[in-house]
Amino acid sequence: MDSKVKKELIKKHSPSSSLFKNSLLAFFFGGLICVIGELLLMLYSHLGCDEKTAGILVTVTLIFIAAILTALGIFDKIARHAGAGTLVPVTGFSNAVVSEAMDSKSEGYVLGVGAKIYTVAGPVILYGILSGFVYGVIYYIYTLVEGMKL
Amino acid sequence: MSIPYQLILTFISGGIICVIAQLLIDLTRLTPARILVLYVSVGVLIYAVGAFDPMKDIFGAGVTVPLIGFGANIAKGVREAVEKEGLLGALTGGLTASSAGITAALLCGLFASVLFKTKSKRM
Repeated sequence: MDSKVKKELIKKHSPSSSLFKNSLLAFFFGGLICVIGELLLMLYSHLGCDEKTAGILVTVTLIFIAAILTALGIFDKIARHAGAGTLVPVTGFSNAVVSEAMDSKSEGYVLGVGAKIYTVAGPVILYGILSGFVYGVIYYIYTLVEGMKL
Repeated sequence: MSIPYQLILTFISGGIICVIAQLLIDLTRLTPARILVLYVSVGVLIYAVGAFDPMKDIFGAGVTVPLIGFGANIAKGVREAVEKEGLLGALTGGLTASSAGITAALLCGLFASVLFKTKSKRM
């Protein structure tokens, strides 16, 4: 029995322990990335950025770090253990975009990289925008109703 | 609030949000891509009901760094745009607010694909 099959069998037959381990790792790495974000936020605020600018800079910095780690092949090694811990923070979004772009290089820059870069980013942006639009329409109606009351 | 206390709150809240996603992946058939879509939409919803800003005041980056923060950012942009431009804001606010993150990720992806050879496949 080769080791890969063996590992899968072990994994299959010990769901509760791997479930606990996965959750613990996700908690640790997810918490850690958020702490890094908080420290960056404090740094940028300390350097004189207003709250909004500092927030945007934190997002961009984390995206940039995750992109470099993805390009160097380090991100995947961490993500294999961290699971949702690296997926759910904005680093996961960056990793998905960068790895899709790199994987589709052989298919050319237009329909390869240009199209496939949206494989994960596309759905996230689309449904984020949809939710935002629905909220916007509801909020607009709400402001109209409130306006009529006054 | 003291800095160590803030960091502990950030660590715990960020960790819990990731554990929920990990449990969804392990216990249901949700793929990572679906988790990301779900989290962004949930972020919009949390902002829409007015719970996001109070959470942000307590947990800081613990709620803004996970993708629900990305969703909340879209919702906030939409709300501010609707206040300024009326119904048109529902079309312009979301992408405007999330433009920095989206542009940064897309450009990083493009540059990485030009400069590096692929190492491994994922997702």
